[in-house]
Amino acid sequence: MHNDSRKIADEIILRSGVNPRRCMKCGKCSGTCPAYEEMEYHPHEFVYMVESGEVEPLLNSKSLYMCLSCFACVDRCPRGVEPAKLVEAVRNAYLRQQDNKHMNADDVPAKLDDDLPQQAIVSAFRKYRK
Amino acid sequence: MKVSYFPGCTLKNKAKILDVYARRCAEVLGVTLEEIDNWQCCGGVFTSKDEPGSKLSSVRALKFAFEKSQPLVSVCSACHNVLKQTNHLMQSDEAFCTKVNRYMAEDSAYDGSTQVYHYLELLRDVVGFDKIREAVVNPLKGRKIAPYYGCLLLRPSSVMQMDDPENPTIFEDLLRALGAEVVVSSMRNECCGGYVTMEKPEFAKKKSLDITSNMQAMGADMIATACPLCKYNLDKNSDAIPTVYFTELLAEALGVKEECDNA
Ligand code: SF4
Ligand code: SF4
Repeated sequence: MHNDSRKIADEIILRSGVNPRRCMKCGKCSGTCPAYEEMEYHPHEFVYMVESGEVEPLLNSKSLYMCLSCFACVDRCPRGVEPAKLVEAVRNAYLRQQDNKHMNADDVPAKLDDDLPQQAIVSAFRKYRK
Repeated sequence: MKVSYFPGCTLKNKAKILDVYARRCAEVLGVTLEEIDNWQCCGGVFTSKDEPGSKLSSVRALKFAFEKSQPLVSVCSACHNVLKQTNHLMQSDEAFCTKVNRYMAEDSAYDGSTQVYHYLELLRDVVGFDKIREAVVNPLKGRKIAPYYGCLLLRPSSVMQMDDPENPTIFEDLLRALGAEVVVSSMRNECCGGYVTMEKPEFAKKKSLDITSNMQAMGADMIATACPLCKYNLDKNSDAIPTVYFTELLAEALGVKEECDNA
């Protein structure tokens, strides 16, 4: 493993406030995640991969943009690990690098229809950009 | 009684009617929703505490209410979630609170003292469901309605503290007070697909259909929600039963729906 990866993982842990060592690997977070089928890495994998310092695959994964912030994994984890906070911290770690964004303003018009609430657009922007 | 009110961007646009019903019904029940000055969009989704800049609009709204010694009320589930989670951070995370106050550099600091209510909580905890039952002039008799909470009203439950996150009753109790027959579905607190509907409409369709088909199978004729994005996803993806705002049902029961629709 890269030394760098360990450093990034530690930074992610610090910023998220999550202690991945509390995880007992029961998988309940992933079992309850509504985006499970769309994710390449699932909430429990975020927890153990950050713990073991394997962050590169997570940083480059589209799974980051599938988290709905539904907080199901936060509420239903029997150990209070709060996996969504780690997903958020990894997302931030990626998007804060220069020029990294997942959506641009120019991409938006094509995704609109007459009924789409503003709430969806601002939420997507908050999750897909710095 | 007067309360501070944060409508949010969607209630000024695609969900105008949610706002119109909410204000009028509050008046009928003796509460005035005073829209706060110069509010800014909550951002739609609560991200990490590591992004204090994205929480400033919420802190400004909370502080505005605090200065008027009023609770802060919102109707949109997403606004309420962001406001409540931000307020919780201001109360419980000293570093976050200090950073935010230093950044805002106002004459006085804000410490998270504002009481934050979702409109449903305003109805339950301030007005009282008994009083609402008495105010009903047009009971929703024979209507089979499935309440849909979605995610944001209930979770994270340690912060939101609205109700039991796995077996909530606030929405059911309101609909019963309005005279409706309530259909309780185990899908009522599962996600509709949220904002990911923009990028992956087929994903939101699957999530929404899981919910609407369950509610329909349980005998519901309609679904009630507080969230514009839930309504959008559920309505767009299911022809079978409609999804309506809970404030519309409230307005109907209180006999003010027509005047709101014509306003
Ligand atoms: S639910 Fe909690 S304890 Fe179980 S795998 Fe997920 S993070 Fe670990
Ligand atoms: S918050 Fe994100 S990771 Fe957690 S259950 Fe919801 S969608 Fe999945």
